[in-house]
Amino acid sequence: MWLGLNVGTDIALANAMAREIIHAGLAHHEFIQRGTTNFPAYAAAVEPYTLEFAAEVTGIPAEIIGQAARAYARADRAMICWTLGITEHHNAVDNVLALINLSLLTGHVGRYGSGCNPLRGQNNVQGGGDMGALPNKLPGFQDVTTEAHCVKFEQAWGRDIIPRDGWNLTEMIHAMETRELTALYVIGENPAQSDADASHVVKLLEHLEHLVVQEIFLTKTAQLADVVLPCAATWAEGEGTVTNSERRVQRVRKAVDPPGDARDEIWIMSELARRLGYDWGQPTAEDVWNETRALSPQLAGMSYPRLDALGGIQWPCPDESHPGTKFLHARLWEEDPAKRGRLAPFSVVHHEGPVEQPDDEYPFILTTGRRLESFNTGVQSGGYGSPLHRGETVDMSPEDAARLGVSAGDAVRVSSRRGAVEAPVYVDRGLRPGVVFMTLHFPDDVATNLLTINASDPKSGTAEFKACAVRVEPVRRAPSFRAQRGEPLAAAGDD
Amino acid sequence: MDLRLRHVEPTDDERAAVDALLGVPESAWEGGERGDRYDAHVAHSGRAMREQRHLLLPALRALQERVGWISETGVEYVCARLGVPPADAWGVATFYALLSTTPRAPRVLHVCDDIVCRCNGAAELIEELERTVGPPHAHGPNGDHTSVDASGAVWMRSPCLGFCDHAPAAYYQEAGTETREELLAELTAGEAQAILRGKSRREMRLTGEYRVSAEPWTAEMTETQTLRLPQDEAPKLGRAEQPLLHRIGVVDPTNIAAYRASGGFDALRRAIEIGQDAVIREVIDSKLMGRGGAAFPTGRKWEAVARQSARPHYLICNADESEPGTFKDRVLLEGDPFAIVEAMTIAAFATGCERGFVYIRGEYPLATARMQHAIDEARTHGFLGADILGRGVKFDIEIRRGAGAYICGEETAIFNSIEGYRGEPRNKPPFPVQAGLFGLPTLVNNVETLASIPSIVLDGGAAFARVGTEQSTGTKLFCLCGNVARPGVYEVTFGHTLRELLDVAGGIANGRSLQTVLLGGAAGVFVGPGDLDIPLTFEGARAAKATLGSGVIMAFDDTVDMSQILLRIASFFRDESCGQCVPCRVGTVRQEEALYRIASGKPLGGVAQEIALLDEVGLAMKDASICGLGQTAYAAIESAIHRVGVLNKRQGAGT
Repeated sequence: MWLGLNVGTDIALANAMAREIIHAGLAHHEFIQRGTTNFPAYAAAVEPYTLEFAAEVTGIPAEIIGQAARAYARADRAMICWTLGITEHHNAVDNVLALINLSLLTGHVGRYGSGCNPLRGQNNVQGGGDMGALPNKLPGFQDVTTEAHCVKFEQAWGRDIIPRDGWNLTEMIHAMETRELTALYVIGENPAQSDADASHVVKLLEHLEHLVVQEIFLTKTAQLADVVLPCAATWAEGEGTVTNSERRVQRVRKAVDPPGDARDEIWIMSELARRLGYDWGQPTAEDVWNETRALSPQLAGMSYPRLDALGGIQWPCPDESHPGTKFLHARLWEEDPAKRGRLAPFSVVHHEGPVEQPDDEYPFILTTGRRLESFNTGVQSGGYGSPLHRGETVDMSPEDAARLGVSAGDAVRVSSRRGAVEAPVYVDRGLRPGVVFMTLHFPDDVATNLLTINASDPKSGTAEFKACAVRVEPVRRAPSFRAQRGEPLAAAGDD
Repeated sequence: MDLRLRHVEPTDDERAAVDALLGVPESAWEGGERGDRYDAHVAHSGRAMREQRHLLLPALRALQERVGWISETGVEYVCARLGVPPADAWGVATFYALLSTTPRAPRVLHVCDDIVCRCNGAAELIEELERTVGPPHAHGPNGDHTSVDASGAVWMRSPCLGFCDHAPAAYYQEAGTETREELLAELTAGEAQAILRGKSRREMRLTGEYRVSAEPWTAEMTETQTLRLPQDEAPKLGRAEQPLLHRIGVVDPTNIAAYRASGGFDALRRAIEIGQDAVIREVIDSKLMGRGGAAFPTGRKWEAVARQSARPHYLICNADESEPGTFKDRVLLEGDPFAIVEAMTIAAFATGCERGFVYIRGEYPLATARMQHAIDEARTHGFLGADILGRGVKFDIEIRRGAGAYICGEETAIFNSIEGYRGEPRNKPPFPVQAGLFGLPTLVNNVETLASIPSIVLDGGAAFARVGTEQSTGTKLFCLCGNVARPGVYEVTFGHTLRELLDVAGGIANGRSLQTVLLGGAAGVFVGPGDLDIPLTFEGARAAKATLGSGVIMAFDDTVDMSQILLRIASFFRDESCGQCVPCRVGTVRQEEALYRIASGKPLGGVAQEIALLDEVGLAMKDASICGLGQTAYAAIESAIHRVGVLNKRQGAGT
């Protein structure tokens, strides 16, 4: 069953499903009693979300929402997986909480084949978090504000840890605006093209006192840098580990030497440290990993030989006799309250909708995303020709195309309150009237993020890439697009 | 073709053909009209739709039968209905020889030019057609959509059609709202020309030019039936009883009452009475060996499937009889279809299958019609369905038609074909009894194997085992063909020699002398005139380093140019290789090239050097191919060269 909800109405849908589950007597009261808190407040909060209300907001027929709710609740095993459609909203965290609520309500958590899974867009997003590449965490997801954690790391490193959360990306951009942040070291990221309201970001990067970019390609961001450190691509040119979406840590091995002057990333870090006056020696990837294990209890049991022997291990893995952990949160089902630990709270969240709604001036909702055959800003997927790369397009429903009097391949101008771009039309039967879709894959040709709104979730810092109001008008001259490769645009398809 | 749907509209004919099979689409997401608000917000059954993937081949066949060829728009519509990426479906459509993915006239005459028909005038017939009608239809280069005459007809060369007792044979297909398909016996150039000119079937029948049709059976038809059993005119070998053939030509194969009156369904009744374990015990005791060519003990296979705890179990009757020179299964399907239905039901009961498939090769329209009729009748009379014989036994049978691919008779390729994928064999293990059709325990039995079951159940396994020899029990069907005086299917008890069989078939036709005999079909072994005392048993053939294979005994007289026959065998394997594994895909091409050079008198560095190359390529195919096709692609050629010495003789004769 596919529920095609209106953009940004996820909470209305989830809350209505919850109300339906409660009213149908399908809530898992045993689990709610044992493993959760705050159920009464949650039940009261979802009460106004009738199927009819949700149908009005989401566009999905009421009986279908009811069917979906009952099917989810009754399933032996059910899992909620999501990607950026949930998190690239100004209320991203609330969206996620609304889904977590559903899994708590039905007991679809802490058991094999259940749970909540954000699907990662890259092979090692999880690994970045494992290693502490988060503003508020030390390696192994240990809070930087917890004294015991800081002490442990201070002892190991012989330096003070500042017990304060760092800035997330959105906050960093704000700090650049206020000149609190004046130097930036970017590793493997292309904010000049990937961030919302891109022209503004470029301006901020240009006005930094110092910008270092460590990259495998000379990206747009790297072109703005004072120093570029060409580095090896770790997946083939270096050693290390990656952690996938199921928390499985796996080894990565060097297969070829990096080209030209590109250097191993651990070498770059160590050399940088040496020149800044700290001699770390020449650590190998395994040395770094062993230090990480020594400081991170949930990674402690994952020695290289064990990772090799088991073909990867899922954390938590506290010691070298531990087989790894298939799924999390089983403790919530424990009868013994001591083993159960901190209970999972229901969160009261309410429908808000996107910051910008369509109006007479900007009658379409633009939602942005990816196409299967391209990757993010195209740094890695745009460098070679492929018949599947069809360049950037404005995807719209056949009905809207007919209304605008345009057909596949015709140029249109898409404007929002922040900027305008031109691109050819691509007619997509997967879209419903009123919604247009674009990607960020070809920022050199069509800078889609000139259109997107500079609104973000205060809790997570994620930007609302998924919804902004735009106007679409036919352009009567033929535009030239460098990115138009491969198959003719007349071929329609889905994202 | 793309991975994506392009949403091009099918023609009305294409839509009608597919909708007739799959029903009218329920929403825009399943290829229907794009319309209301509802579709914009809801899609049902994406998974249910994809689970219908097994209807891909039937849907492609429906397009072929309606339009005469399969266009990209037609494939797109099928893909929209089944949730299959167009490029994937295109891979399936282009896999099968009977499906045309380039424009083709609606009426097609497939003229057999394989080895048996070649011995019976096919080469001359084809020469005549090329001279008078023009060259055979060739698939245009991909995407070359030249227009075709909608009322036109074309002819094509075909591999063995399983009609070798009536060589030279042909298979006629007519696409349209009213489709026609027939196997044509003893085709003459005049008849072929008349058919290509568009003479109607009715006219043909009146002039007696057609001898086979899919029309209901009548007693008068016996005489002109395909089911001529030459053994009736010849002295029988072994016991007078013929448990496999006794109804054929005698009992109306379209009449369930006649079948019951001749003892039909008694075995099923008894099987249910004695219970599953006892049935399997009888089959084990009978020492019945599979008749499809691999000679695996049938009882052990049944026991293995019955033991599997995974459910459901599936049963497949392998009726994709395509081994050149083999036509015994066709005779059984056409002449005694109820017996196959009954035997399948017994097998399903014993091994716990509730759903069975008969996979019939695409070139057997009469066998298909007869089986479909028998299945429908059996269901109506309570011999199939949810409560068989009122005893709570549940089983039903579905027919799946092949579309011209020899490899689909391989027991794992048949799974992929039914599931809607290219008919490429799978690696074993897992074996079919563990993980077969749809990944579940599956019993695959050949038609003749199943046909032996009712007598085993009725008379007991021990009685069956007393017939024949210690290791080869019961009776066996042999397909006598080539240059024998009376070609046809012969049922004999195991133990007789090759010489006796040839004698029963009247010896070599026209008083000529024997050059060589091919045992077991294209994947079999050539033996020489000095090998005629080989006992035709599994153990006897093994001891003589030969094989019974599927029961083919193909005789070649001294006028046959064996280098041409070997070349045809090589070209058969090259054409039928699925291309999945390198040794077979490349090896069959190299093998054909070497034989072509030899046959055209231009060997590279001499015949001996070419033979050394053939040996090396053959060994690589035998050692490294995934399935039996590649493993045996050199077997017949190797034996012809090294055992019979046909290439030496040819050189010696200076021809």
